[in-house]
Amino acid sequence: MTMMDTAWIDIGELDDIPREGARIVRTAAGCLAVFRTADDAIFAIDDKCPHKGGPLSEGIVHGHSVTCPLHNWVISLDTGKAQGADVGATRSHRIKVEAGRILLDAEALLPADDA
Amino acid sequence: MGKEKLVVVGNGMAPGRALEKLFELAPDAYDVTIFNAEPRVNYDRIMLSPVLSGEKTFEEIVIHGDGWYVKHDVTLYKGHKVVEIDRNARTVTSAEGVTAAYDKLIIATGSMPIVIPVPGHDLAGVLTYRDLDDVHAMLLAAKRGGRAVVIGGGLLGLEAAAGLREQGMDVTVLHLMPTLMERQLDPAAGHLLQKAVEARGIRVITRANTKAIAGSDIRLGPARVTAVELEDGTTLAADIVVMAVGIRPNAGLAKAAGLEVKRGVVVDETMRTCDPAIFALGECAEAEGQVFGLVAPLYEMANVVAAQLAGENGAEFRGSATATKLKVTGINLFSAGDFADAKDREEIVLRDAARNVYKRLVLKDDKLIGAVLFGDTGDGAWFFDHIRRGTDIAALRETLIFGPAFAGGANADPTAAVAALPDDAEICGCNGVCKGRITGAIETLGLKTLDDVRAHTKASASCGSCTGLVELLLKSKHGDAYNPAAVQPMCPCTDHGHDDVRRYIVAKGVKSIPALMQALEWKTSSGCAKCRPALNYYLLATWPGEYVDDNQSRYINERVHANIQKDGTFSVVPRMWGGMTSASELRAIADVVDKFKIPSVKVTGGQRIDMLGVRKQDLPAVWADLNKAGMVSGAAYAKGLRTVKTCVGTDWCRFGTQDSTGLGIKIEKFMWGSWTPAKVKMAVSGCPRNCAEATCKDVGVICVESGYDIHFAGAAGLDIKGTEVLGHVSTEAETIEVIAALVQLYREQGRYLERIYKWAKRVGIDTIRAQVLDDVERRRVLYDRFVHSQKFTQIDPWAERAAGKDAHEFRPLADLARAEAAE
Ligand code: SRM
Ligand SMILES: Cc1cc2nc3c(=O)[nH]c(=O)nc-3n(C[C@H](O)[C@H](O)[C@H](O)COP(=O)(O)OP(=O)(O)OC[C@H]3O[C@@H](n4cnc5c(N)ncnc54)[C@H](O)[C@@H]3O)c2cc1C
Ligand code: SF4
Ligand code: FES
Repeated sequence: MTMMDTAWIDIGELDDIPREGARIVRTAAGCLAVFRTADDAIFAIDDKCPHKGGPLSEGIVHGHSVTCPLHNWVISLDTGKAQGADVGATRSHRIKVEAGRILLDAEALLPADDA
Repeated sequence: MGKEKLVVVGNGMAPGRALEKLFELAPDAYDVTIFNAEPRVNYDRIMLSPVLSGEKTFEEIVIHGDGWYVKHDVTLYKGHKVVEIDRNARTVTSAEGVTAAYDKLIIATGSMPIVIPVPGHDLAGVLTYRDLDDVHAMLLAAKRGGRAVVIGGGLLGLEAAAGLREQGMDVTVLHLMPTLMERQLDPAAGHLLQKAVEARGIRVITRANTKAIAGSDIRLGPARVTAVELEDGTTLAADIVVMAVGIRPNAGLAKAAGLEVKRGVVVDETMRTCDPAIFALGECAEAEGQVFGLVAPLYEMANVVAAQLAGENGAEFRGSATATKLKVTGINLFSAGDFADAKDREEIVLRDAARNVYKRLVLKDDKLIGAVLFGDTGDGAWFFDHIRRGTDIAALRETLIFGPAFAGGANADPTAAVAALPDDAEICGCNGVCKGRITGAIETLGLKTLDDVRAHTKASASCGSCTGLVELLLKSKHGDAYNPAAVQPMCPCTDHGHDDVRRYIVAKGVKSIPALMQALEWKTSSGCAKCRPALNYYLLATWPGEYVDDNQSRYINERVHANIQKDGTFSVVPRMWGGMTSASELRAIADVVDKFKIPSVKVTGGQRIDMLGVRKQDLPAVWADLNKAGMVSGAAYAKGLRTVKTCVGTDWCRFGTQDSTGLGIKIEKFMWGSWTPAKVKMAVSGCPRNCAEATCKDVGVICVESGYDIHFAGAAGLDIKGTEVLGHVSTEAETIEVIAALVQLYREQGRYLERIYKWAKRVGIDTIRAQVLDDVERRRVLYDRFVHSQKFTQIDPWAERAAGKDAHEFRPLADLARAEAAE
């Protein structure tokens, strides 16, 4: 797959998400969590903790990580992987900001198995 | 060669210590058999009072568990009372018919409580205070509530009274003499003690001579105590009577065996009775014409017996000065030596009325011979050491009363003062551990923590009043590497502890999280889920009205004002002030449940209703409907005020003494919205029956006829702990002021997530009481600060969100579910 194939979906404005916060994007395959960090980087991962499916969008965002609200696993936003001693990963998706708009890779809409 | 047979009669603290020593000195010399009338192992009798008050369990005060007897191959006959010693045959026989032969015998039968033979002394409900069975009997009686009369205002009587009061009974202490504990305290200290005892809601009647104990009509069943009658005609209703008027050495068995008995079983300086094969040890023994009722000298006897049995003939017992402490949490009292007035004596007195401190030293010929300390007993060990040693204190005189911190001039360093103590200075009175033993163990075993020291030396392992000294010893060995208060950094993002950070915020006027992280060189760019909520709280609590709350540093529950559930839905708990509700509130809840198809409705453990399984996007609309019926957020998610449980009180209850429901509602209405280091739960009960369970809450009020007993520092979650008594006040207004001051102090000192009971344990119950109860000015200042901060927090977060605040929280950024379906 090449960049050319990528279809970008405009999902909203950067300022719709608070710094060190997250919003969800609903898809037919489940919810995605879109994060904005303190340095205005933006990330999209499945809103599902690799531990017991906790809603990561509700967690506290710090650095490029989020702490799951249910049992405090720390998930890297860069890779979707659990940090420290915990093992597991959540799917991460390509996402970018252009001219203040957030653009999500349409592949994120595919169900997990086909990705 | 077969081992010699050692038989021990009685399994109390004294022989327990002797056997420990013996197994150290000569592990294989004897085959040991113990007979104990009590059906249990050896336990720390002096800690029965904490068991009675509920601060400890029996398991926690066991000295030798069953395993110890197995390990040392000791045969223990539990519940076997020895009824005969046959000195010719060298055997003892128990009431159960077991006979054991001995080569060496130790009689350690302790004492018996004295029962004054007034009419009615044998009624059911008249108890003594000596062993675990007595404690159980008292606890059982206390469960039924009612009135207790304790006869005897000495150490045991007061500890029993405090414990029974703690268990919710209405308690009166009768004392024959004009002041309490007159054998250990001078009248001034006795008077302060009486005030402190009364402040916990215990009635004290001095010069009270008991005439008779009245019982119920035997035609109504077995006669039980109903009242105590005094010589002057006073009658006091009583559901139980505890006699604690003194002890008598238990020497009957020895006497029957033909041994010499005066007050106790007479022994020589080797602890042998007139029969050289038989030792007497403990409270039953009389040495040099003296009998002893405190463990320190008994442990010295134990050492002598062990050494003698191990063949060290030089070991001798010499009666020594004793020191007394009262083990009632919150009352600090120490006395040692001889403090009677006499012509040839001088005294030095220090009083600090504001702190309720009284210290008196008695000198004779430039020697310290007695000390009485009330309120501040920290220097007790140091004074006691001078008494025992007979030090010439001429040079120290000027500053003597200020204790070791000032001894010899400018040196105000407590570590240095402890370091200066001689090696044989006793640090732990309960377990008779001297300084040299502790420092030796720290050095040779490389001990680093208080728990290590407790495990290896037993110092500070019983009543804990010497913990401070032990910590100073650790500190003097390890220097700053040992710093129990500040070792824990907040989290891996920093090396600073919670208290450092709080101090820094105040000192430098820092008002934002990024500024704080910058100044304190945080090691991560934006902290973590541990430190950020803590910093946010500290800033919020320090700068009410100025600091702008950082929502992104709050845990989800506090960010959206509902509790997240395991499936990502939320629960909604509205306030029901003091647990009261109404038809219209219940109707509104029912309507909301129907309208939003909320799957579960539950009555919580906090006297209100929980709606569980609400979808996040429905929250603002749910709240709007609840608001319409006058309900606001119950903050069931908050590190803040949660519930104030109440009972029905004077409104309905036949026992209610005050309007507990009304007071609970007032407190909740006054304090809701406040943020605190961890959650705060309160309760108000209308009488000591305590139906609102106030004595396991962060703050609890027990209404009594004369006003309000304020309790705090209870726990009933991960830990179970009964409350401490903060004090007694007589009006609702005062109650509210004290509670607000208490919570404010906690808001200012508590570490994030540290519940009140842990904070109180860390900073000390007395320090807290001094600030929020005794020091009226300080109380007022704290109260005013609380009131100020409430101005900015008593805004219903639900109403704000129903009106549109933080709307982004409750709506998805985008809904692509349909978009994709369309493609
Ligand atoms: C709903 C309720 C249980 C019930 O169905 O009755 C409850 C439910 C929860 N409790 Fe509780 N506790 C409830 C009364 C209690 C009580 C009893 C009481 O308040 O009188 C206690 C013991 C007293 C105490 O607080 O110590 C209690 C001790 C705890 C603890 C242990 C706290 C501790 O420091 O020891 C936790 C864990 C924590 O806070 O870290 C906890 C945590 C929780 C949490 C928040 C667990 C969580 O993190 O999700 C539960 C949230 C459920 C929800 O969404 O509503 N809950 N919890 C009760 C709500 C009371 C209310 O009206 O606000
Ligand atoms: C509530 C309370 C609080 C106290 N607080 C303090 C304090 O703070 N500081 C302090 O220094 N001291 C305190 N004391 C005193 C201290 O507990 C005693 O001095 C000490 O326990 C006495 O030890 P002992 O071994 O001589 O006797 P005990 O511990 O009394 O043991 C005697 C044992 O012998 C058993 N026995 C008796 N007769 C027979 C028999 N014929 N056959 C078999 N067994 C028999 C008894 O059942 C008992 O178990 C307190 C005492 C009490 C009750
Ligand atoms: S006890 Fe409390 S925390 Fe535990 S499952 Fe029940 S509600 Fe949850
Ligand atoms: S579900 Fe996220 S940590 Fe358990």
